[in-house]
Amino acid sequence: MAAVTETIRTVQGLEADKYLHGFVTDIEQEFAPKGLDESTVRFISEKKGEPEWMLAWRLDAFERWQAMEEPDWAKVHYPKIDYQDLYYYAAPKKKPQLNSLDEVDPDLLATYAKLGIPLREQAVLAGVINSPRVAVDAVFDSVSVATTFKAELAKAGVIFMPISEALKEHPELVRKYLGSVVPVSDNYFACLNSAVFSDGSFVYVPPGVRCPMELSTYFRINAQSTGQFERTLIIADRGSYVSYLEGCTAPMRDENQLHAAVVELVVLEDAQIKYSTVQNWYPGDAEGRGGIYNFVTKRADCREARAKVSWTQVETGSAVTWKYPSCILRGDESQGEFYSIAVTNGRQQADTGTKMIHLGKNTRSRIISKGISAGKSSNTYRGLVSSHAKAKGARNFTQCDSLLIGKECGAHTVPYVEAKNAHSVFEHEATTTRLSDDQLFYCRSRGLSAEESVALLVNGFVRDVLQELPMEFAVEAQKLVAVSLEGSVG
Amino acid sequence: MLSIKNLHVSVEETTPILHGLSLDVPAGEVHAVMGPNGAGKSTLSYTIAGREGYEVTDGSILLDGEDLLALSADQRAAKGVFLSFQYPLEIPGVPALTFIRTALNAQRKARGELEVPAPEFLKKVRAAAASLKMDFDMLRRGLNVGFSGGEKKRMEILQMAMLEPRLLILDETDSGLDIDALRIVAEGVNAMRAPDRSMLVITHYQRLLDYIKPDKVHVLAKGRIVASGGPELALTLEKEGYDRIVAEAA
Repeated sequence: MAAVTETIRTVQGLEADKYLHGFVTDIEQEFAPKGLDESTVRFISEKKGEPEWMLAWRLDAFERWQAMEEPDWAKVHYPKIDYQDLYYYAAPKKKPQLNSLDEVDPDLLATYAKLGIPLREQAVLAGVINSPRVAVDAVFDSVSVATTFKAELAKAGVIFMPISEALKEHPELVRKYLGSVVPVSDNYFACLNSAVFSDGSFVYVPPGVRCPMELSTYFRINAQSTGQFERTLIIADRGSYVSYLEGCTAPMRDENQLHAAVVELVVLEDAQIKYSTVQNWYPGDAEGRGGIYNFVTKRADCREARAKVSWTQVETGSAVTWKYPSCILRGDESQGEFYSIAVTNGRQQADTGTKMIHLGKNTRSRIISKGISAGKSSNTYRGLVSSHAKAKGARNFTQCDSLLIGKECGAHTVPYVEAKNAHSVFEHEATTTRLSDDQLFYCRSRGLSAEESVALLVNGFVRDVLQELPMEFAVEAQKLVAVSLEGSVG
Repeated sequence: MLSIKNLHVSVEETTPILHGLSLDVPAGEVHAVMGPNGAGKSTLSYTIAGREGYEVTDGSILLDGEDLLALSADQRAAKGVFLSFQYPLEIPGVPALTFIRTALNAQRKARGELEVPAPEFLKKVRAAAASLKMDFDMLRRGLNVGFSGGEKKRMEILQMAMLEPRLLILDETDSGLDIDALRIVAEGVNAMRAPDRSMLVITHYQRLLDYIKPDKVHVLAKGRIVASGGPELALTLEKEGYDRIVAEAA
């Protein structure tokens, strides 16, 4: 790939220039050409100024990825992805030239208004480029807020920074834990991520520290920089606690069609991580064209005794969602929880669920999944609960509820249960209900409009899970679920 | 007042269920509609409340001169139409308090009024629950979920008291009630009597009318009103059954 070599040389030239002309770099130029080969991987690593071992790690992942095949077992259908037709590093954003909010799709603005997003943030999210003051203000705001937060976190000893920075400042921690939960060649998309991930978040909470804030507001402000191949690594050392929230309730337009993130959580003795996700990426147009493919690997390792992890997710966006936040319950008496709301409308497809792998004694897990399908969408819960021969006294409770709105959607439940010892207790409950005309009429006869009625009934259906979200996000998520289902009853 | 003229209703394009039903319920009055099974009693209540699928092929329904047929169910509710269901629905995960407050505020919004302040709402709902002898904790649970038949009917009356409708339709409110619950529910309804309210009590049995005294009684059979009279008509029906009146009307 001569073009790549040339680009690399150009960039190397720029790097050298840096020291002559200061740190002014033209961000627009910082991208690798389309396509993926070894030089792309080297380019990314070099751009990030990564240590040698990191490059070797990436190259190893790339080599393994080439030998792998894209999986096809999920109940989702999408056109074949051409991996040579993608940008892997800082793809130039081809956002439409918008001069003011007046030019933004009115539907999008209406949605922002319903979600209660301030005007300034709306402009940033919609990508109005000719009003730099708006964007700059927001960025300045977020920088100052972030700085305040960082000072407070530093006081508590919590490390919270982009993973690319952590590679420079805390290489020993990254090296020790990166890939220790999701091995390089775990699956096709995780392997691809390992080779080409651009950035993501790194969190380390020292022993006995209770993180003084939800790591959420910060992330929300920064949500527009959501990358295509994100890598998140969170470590809760012994006896510590942290609550982390990723995502954004605002619908994000993004030119990157494929999102293949990896999230690794390491939970040590008596520590707890609460990880919440609100995902509302572009689901595509009415025919499902142009929507995001969200193929994410999320896994938590309860590595030592009494470690605890909770995954809570509200998934309303993307054209195709394929993710199974999982818990490895290695430590004795460790606990895993999974609370999920997955809403599909239009032609969206979601195949999501969890894995609870019981390895330690007296480990416990709990799964509450609420799937809501409307329009012509398909919503599948797929979950694995397994207990190892040594996992005596393992317990799981699974509750899987599906709600159908309309007659053209589908809901599927695929539970896998494997008990390899006679001392495990696994319970599974599942229900499928249709939103009934009787219930709708009952609500309307009390004065609620058709849409208010659906929103009320659906919010009742997902209440158990909403309660698991951090307070301020529960309110937004509730509105989000309602907005996602608008127009689903006529 | 409620004024129904020459009402013809079909359900899902099948045979007409109501044909040529006329009925006036002046403000301040309570009218009972009695009739045998299958006479069209529930169709009448659903049609007034605006349920989809109940197609009005002819006739009119006016409330204080306003055409109800031009409005959706929720718009009618905001105008003051309230239907107490024969079989109230269960709504899991939505506490009764939330449900009632959401409904009340939706109606107020539709009428261009401000939302009811939370303390005022709570005070009122507590008082209403107490007068219906309902445990307030029930209002924090999912609406009607796991409630007995009697509890569900009380919940309907509680909603009615909170929403303060102009037209009350009670559809077989006595079904599933023991005698004590019947008395409490009837007291709740009677407390709602007011000079500006019309009430339509739809029932199969005379029993309920011992507790909620009607000003007039109408007999609904074969899709229209075949006889009207004072409270004594209900007693006659109780004694003789519907056969003679229905036969005479045919």
